[in-house]
Amino acid sequence: MSPKVASACGLLLLARVASAQVAVRGDVVHTMAGAALRDGVVLVKGGKIEAVGPAATVTIPAGYRTLRAKVVTPGLVDARSTVGLSGYLNQPQDQDQLETSAAVQPELRAIDAYNPTDRLVGWVRGFGVTTLHTGHGPGALVSGQTMVVKARGRDVEADTVVPFAMVAATLGEGARTREEGKSPGTRAKAIALLRGELIKAQEYARKVEATSQPASDAKEKEKTKDPERSLKLEALVGVLKGEVPLLVTVHRAHDILTVLRLRDEFKFKLVLDGAAEAYLVKDQIHKAGVAVIVHPTMWRSLGETENLSMQTASVLRKAGIPVALESGFEGYVPKTRVVLFEAALASANGLSFDEALATITIDAARLLGIDRRVGSLEVGKDGDLALYDGDPFEYTSHCVGTVIQGDVVSEAVN
Amino acid sequence: MRRLALLAVLLWPSAPPLGAQDEPHAFVGARVIPVAGPEIPDGVVVTRGGKIVAVGPAGSTPVPADAVRHDLAGKVVMPGLVDTHSHIGDVEGADASAPLQPDVRAIDSLNIRSARLQKAQAGGITTVNVMPGSGHLLSGQTVYLKLRDGKTSIEDLVLTDANGMTGGMKMANGTNSRRKPPFPGTRAKSAALVREQLVKAQEYRQKVKDASGDPKKMPARDLGMEALVEVLEGKRVVHHHTHRHDDILTVLRLAREFGFRVVLHHVSDAWMVADQIAAAKVPSSIIFVDSPGGKLETMDLSWKNGFALEKAGAAVGFHTDDPITDSRLLLRSAGLAVRAGMSRDKALYALTLAGAKMLSLEARVGSLEPGKDADLVVLSGDPLSYKTHVLETWVEGRKVFDRSDAKDYLYATGGYGASHDQAPFAHLDGDDEEER
Repeated sequence: MSPKVASACGLLLLARVASAQVAVRGDVVHTMAGAALRDGVVLVKGGKIEAVGPAATVTIPAGYRTLRAKVVTPGLVDARSTVGLSGYLNQPQDQDQLETSAAVQPELRAIDAYNPTDRLVGWVRGFGVTTLHTGHGPGALVSGQTMVVKARGRDVEADTVVPFAMVAATLGEGARTREEGKSPGTRAKAIALLRGELIKAQEYARKVEATSQPASDAKEKEKTKDPERSLKLEALVGVLKGEVPLLVTVHRAHDILTVLRLRDEFKFKLVLDGAAEAYLVKDQIHKAGVAVIVHPTMWRSLGETENLSMQTASVLRKAGIPVALESGFEGYVPKTRVVLFEAALASANGLSFDEALATITIDAARLLGIDRRVGSLEVGKDGDLALYDGDPFEYTSHCVGTVIQGDVVSEAVN
Repeated sequence: MRRLALLAVLLWPSAPPLGAQDEPHAFVGARVIPVAGPEIPDGVVVTRGGKIVAVGPAGSTPVPADAVRHDLAGKVVMPGLVDTHSHIGDVEGADASAPLQPDVRAIDSLNIRSARLQKAQAGGITTVNVMPGSGHLLSGQTVYLKLRDGKTSIEDLVLTDANGMTGGMKMANGTNSRRKPPFPGTRAKSAALVREQLVKAQEYRQKVKDASGDPKKMPARDLGMEALVEVLEGKRVVHHHTHRHDDILTVLRLAREFGFRVVLHHVSDAWMVADQIAAAKVPSSIIFVDSPGGKLETMDLSWKNGFALEKAGAAVGFHTDDPITDSRLLLRSAGLAVRAGMSRDKALYALTLAGAKMLSLEARVGSLEPGKDADLVVLSGDPLSYKTHVLETWVEGRKVFDRSDAKDYLYATGGYGASHDQAPFAHLDGDDEEER
């Protein structure tokens, strides 16, 4: 690298850090950490929140760019999406959320498919979404990995928060294939396949473990020879060790119970996704201590989701189940939903305003295990904010600014 | 036997009950949005015999002594919503045998027990244009329904428009109807096939004319041609699915050539060609989906469409395209339209009277005016707010949806069984006992 280029890179780096001095002042600031502030101020420096409080007590230092809005919230967190993999054109070249050559492919990494410049990333960012849990979609027994990424639209390396967040699986109708000679064609076969793979992964983990033990003789040495490396089993071992949850898209009540049974057998961390009939088995879900990312409130009630309810988020939350809302996966129009509106409708169907906002901020962040960085406006967290010219849930309000790590990434009125 | 007789006596009212539709109702205390005129902060709506008999401010609008009073302080009353484009009721149209099938009628496929009719009532929809899909250049005859309760046959829901038609003709261009032969493979071929068919219809019409009533000279009866002649004569309106700006202009060009009346549907690129649409005096029924894309021809879909068309002076209505968007969320279209710049008045008009006009039903529905059908919705709050629920839906003086009723509540919110086929008189609003 020439010294000139190197210094230019250095300047660029410096510019990135230097730009992150922002003060956001709101008539109402929903910090999601305690009561909302009247006339509140949030200071962001170096990409992180350095102060939060009433304007009377937080002085905006000189040199800070000040943004004002009627209502300020933490940047929104979409708890489950396929945005960036499932592009807005819906043509073969921009549909990377599902690979159907095999039923179980946990080795497929979301980071190798995410397109940060897809128009849908910018679309949701324009409504205040700053963090996306996105990745492989439903439609295969194990479709691949998910990731957590900031909706900045730069490049995947720069924007990624968690490169490997969960392993995405589907049970019920969505896992079925109708192709002759291919599996799984039934629910029972799907579970048999999945159990088989998890048992292989257990065996693989044992072998890998054994190689780290010192062998006493040649015979033992042979036994503890490293198994042939398997990307697929490595990913499943991550699930078995609890390093990454298994995210299971499932709708029918009996299928949800099947997932719980599987979890009891293999002791993995489980997150339920969609869960149209979760309200029928809420006690079992609560007892199992499993969190649910509930289907979009406006989801279509057809086929497997015919019994969905706009009140599910509220019903589950009241049952003590951790709940977040998602934009989910759409195969057709609209190519994505906006969690802001899904939370709005959930709030009209049983959740309070604060509870509904939590499903797309702090509760979503907790569910994803990223609440130390995002989800609320607290000192030390990322400077991610959404600015609105009224009640954010009102259809007639606009998002007038989105800030990610102190950078104003959207100012267009959306 | 004796017990049965006693029961019969108990159940049989001493005097025959007034039919629910004949019963006068007075809706008082609500903010009334008549759509035909300015909003009335404290309004009164009086209905009798299934019709509206009075609308006006409290004080100057007398409430008949015999009317059932509905005290709606803090609530909003507006006309029943008109959904100009929906696929509820398990509707089917043309099959895969040909790209143009004008002989096919939507009504012959409808399932009156479909729960989606009830969900539409829960969304405040009282009048709906149910259409076959858009996978054909012409997929069949649509049907206009009034979402009445207590009927067992779909025919009992059918509405006849000002031209004596019970529906329009569903057509489509763009990519949905581009398929393997015999379907067209290009846009130009699509237009050629449509023109060819309409030219045939012109010839058929001429033959009928030339026969001047002489059965011997009449052409062999052709159901498809008969329906297309109605289109050519401007009696049967064309409901045309179209997205891209050039496809929109193609529809206008064909309408000009053959002189048919047309309503544009979806019209994703309307904001690009709003002036041309306005100049052609063609109304647009638009949809609000939560993101653009999903297919190439909707990549530039904009929420500004309502605003752009209003600014250009073109008529705008809304539709659900259920199941693309849910019938229970039609109201939301107005909120999103206003968000993108449309005026509140025009957005509320688009939910009601604009749609009624597109279906040539404005003499009966679409606004709260004396003489019109007593179709109205009671809302918990402002129609543009996400917080607002439809509390009651009334059709022709009868309550067909009541959120406080457990079964209706299920349709409104969803839940176990909310999508299962239903007995068509599922609403227990107190007046259907006599009909059982």
